[in-house]
Amino acid sequence: MMLVAAVPLSLTACAKGGSSSTSGNEESGGGGTLTLWTHSAGNKNELASIKTIVDDFNASQTKYKVEVQAFPQESYNQSVAAAAAAKKLPCILDIDGPNVPNWAWAGYLAPLEGMDDVLSKYLPSTVGKYKDKYYSYGYFDVALNMTSRKSVLKKYGIRVPTVDEPWTGDEFMAGLKKIKDSGDFVNPLDLATGSTGEWWPYAYSPLLQSFGGDLINRNDYKSAEGVLNGDKALAWAAWFRGLATDKLMPLKSGADPGKDFLNGKTAILYNGSWGAADGRKKFGDDIVFLPPPDFGNGPKIGGASWQWGMSTNCGDNTAGAMEYMKFASTDKYVAMFATSAVAIPSTDAAAATVKGYETGGENDIFRQLSKKFAVVRPVTPGYPFIATEFTKTAQDILNGADPQKALDQAVKNIDDNQEANGFFE
Amino acid sequence: MTTSTFKPAVPAQPAAPPAAPKRAGRRPGTVAFLMLVPAGVLILTFLLVPIVLTFGLAFTNARLISPQPARFIGFDNFVRLFDSDTFYASLRNTLVFAIVIVPVQSAIALGLAMLINVKMRGVNFFRTIYFLPVVTSIVVVSILWLFLYQPNGLINALLANVGIQGPDWLGNPNTALFAIIVLSIWQAVGFHMVIWLSGLQTIPGELYEAASIDGANPWQQFAYVTWPGLRQTAIFILITITISAFALFSQVNIMTQGGPLDATTTLVFQAVRTGFQQQQTGYAAAISLVFFVLVLVVSLIQRYLTREKDAR
Repeated sequence: MMLVAAVPLSLTACAKGGSSSTSGNEESGGGGTLTLWTHSAGNKNELASIKTIVDDFNASQTKYKVEVQAFPQESYNQSVAAAAAAKKLPCILDIDGPNVPNWAWAGYLAPLEGMDDVLSKYLPSTVGKYKDKYYSYGYFDVALNMTSRKSVLKKYGIRVPTVDEPWTGDEFMAGLKKIKDSGDFVNPLDLATGSTGEWWPYAYSPLLQSFGGDLINRNDYKSAEGVLNGDKALAWAAWFRGLATDKLMPLKSGADPGKDFLNGKTAILYNGSWGAADGRKKFGDDIVFLPPPDFGNGPKIGGASWQWGMSTNCGDNTAGAMEYMKFASTDKYVAMFATSAVAIPSTDAAAATVKGYETGGENDIFRQLSKKFAVVRPVTPGYPFIATEFTKTAQDILNGADPQKALDQAVKNIDDNQEANGFFE
Repeated sequence: MTTSTFKPAVPAQPAAPPAAPKRAGRRPGTVAFLMLVPAGVLILTFLLVPIVLTFGLAFTNARLISPQPARFIGFDNFVRLFDSDTFYASLRNTLVFAIVIVPVQSAIALGLAMLINVKMRGVNFFRTIYFLPVVTSIVVVSILWLFLYQPNGLINALLANVGIQGPDWLGNPNTALFAIIVLSIWQAVGFHMVIWLSGLQTIPGELYEAASIDGANPWQQFAYVTWPGLRQTAIFILITITISAFALFSQVNIMTQGGPLDATTTLVFQAVRTGFQQQQTGYAAAISLVFFVLVLVVSLIQRYLTREKDAR
């Protein structure tokens, strides 16, 4: 019976690793062909940009040839893990930012040597750094924000906050209560609690950090004691649960929170910069993208999206992979990729050339939010575990679990996991 | 066509050549062995090896992603498991699910089977309709019901028509497991209906005729003709439903991820979450091992009970 659980999964993992690894294998023989893996199979624009960059690289020299293999995002991480276990990783691959330390520690990723100058110009949240070495860089980041309408805020006498002067926690809560008391909106606030997976640590751990808590103590990444279950974390938990019990936000958001906002059911939506285009189309100039409130420790938003790195499985082609990584890191490609992904370009120079992101441009706000408030998720190989623990704990708290008990349990599990791995040293 | 004059009694004696029997004794053995090889290899690779690996891994700290080799840690994984609230929640939910699903689903399936076991125009239409969810992927079914169960979804809209304010089915710890049970029955009931149907059709019509001549009413016909005739089918259904009920995973993974407040977590879900998302291969193997023992014990009990009744 255990097979019902275990076998189908290992089967799919093998199948995926197996089918995709054939060419990965040939490449390490040193024929000058490098395989590149991306999760972007489902995103036409991004994939087209990747192909353009690769074609440019292939045309720029004759020694190496890069080949693109695209995967759907859902199965991508498993494919990489399976390929790594079979020692058949591709030479170049993309990685979700918070996983970089885990994969670097596991020996999947090779450090990017000699790129310090280039990468120091990237937004800090768009490069993957572990133990003082660069392992990855990304072309873009996205910024969470409180999306609302000027007219709505004005109607309830709520100040429009700025990056320099964000809402305080109290101001924010008072505003929400006014909206709620009017009864005009089904949801005064919508934090998109219906989403699953990485969304929870990405979206809600910055709120915890704004309260002054964190997922783990970042001095030495050894324990979450005191930061995830201290007074500040408890204050966050009480606030989070209170939003639902006070009916300021739905306990579980609808199927499409973005639509609920566009249809006027929601007054303030916690959303990413990816929702900006739709919002502008519907509300024009009325729409505003605001920094999240300051709950004592400054506003915080999550940083880091997909990034590029190079595997330790390049063999004779390591130099070629390094050459590609350098070739692909120029502002030109940053600008092109950020445009196709409709996201914040990683460098100032690129931002100046992407419409809307120049200083004073309509999307400049996202860049400012990212620059000023972005916090990367904890840089420890234990992060994937921390993420699942935080997700479950936050969900339980929102549904009424005892915060102290839930957070203590999460701390214990996280600490046990860090310790069981020798603190990843 | 001369077949009409052919006498079927002929083949009784001659067919086999006289020298055959001796060689036939050895050759079927080799042939049987060769025919067994593909299945044997598959079972060995995908059944026995993983089982043995699970037994081994359960006593190590093996990780999905780690540069460090796995270390033997004795019973640590089990100590941790039996100390975990989530484990007991998973165990409870798995058992509740099985205890509800097994009788309810098999009873509904039998009812449906008897409804469609009639000679009537259009009965194939209903057979197809009832069977349709079975051939639909459980993933698709789960996503569909996810929408139905929304606080403002179809189900609550229907309830609102009769003045009932429906709960957030999947978001409420009191209703989430029930909601998953209902959807699971809806999805799988057609399969067991077909098996019941095949059992029903092995019961000769004369028995019913004889019973009705003896003056048996419909209930008596069911109790003394239909039900005894379905004994073997019932045992088969009991065992297959139990096994599939214990393996509950996809619906939970898609619809609730074990929440809210562990109300829908199951052993298989916990094992997969631990092994893949949390990368703790060794701990997940320990959960699988406990699960294996649980299913083994339940299956043995069922075997014992059904066998004894047969002997009587």
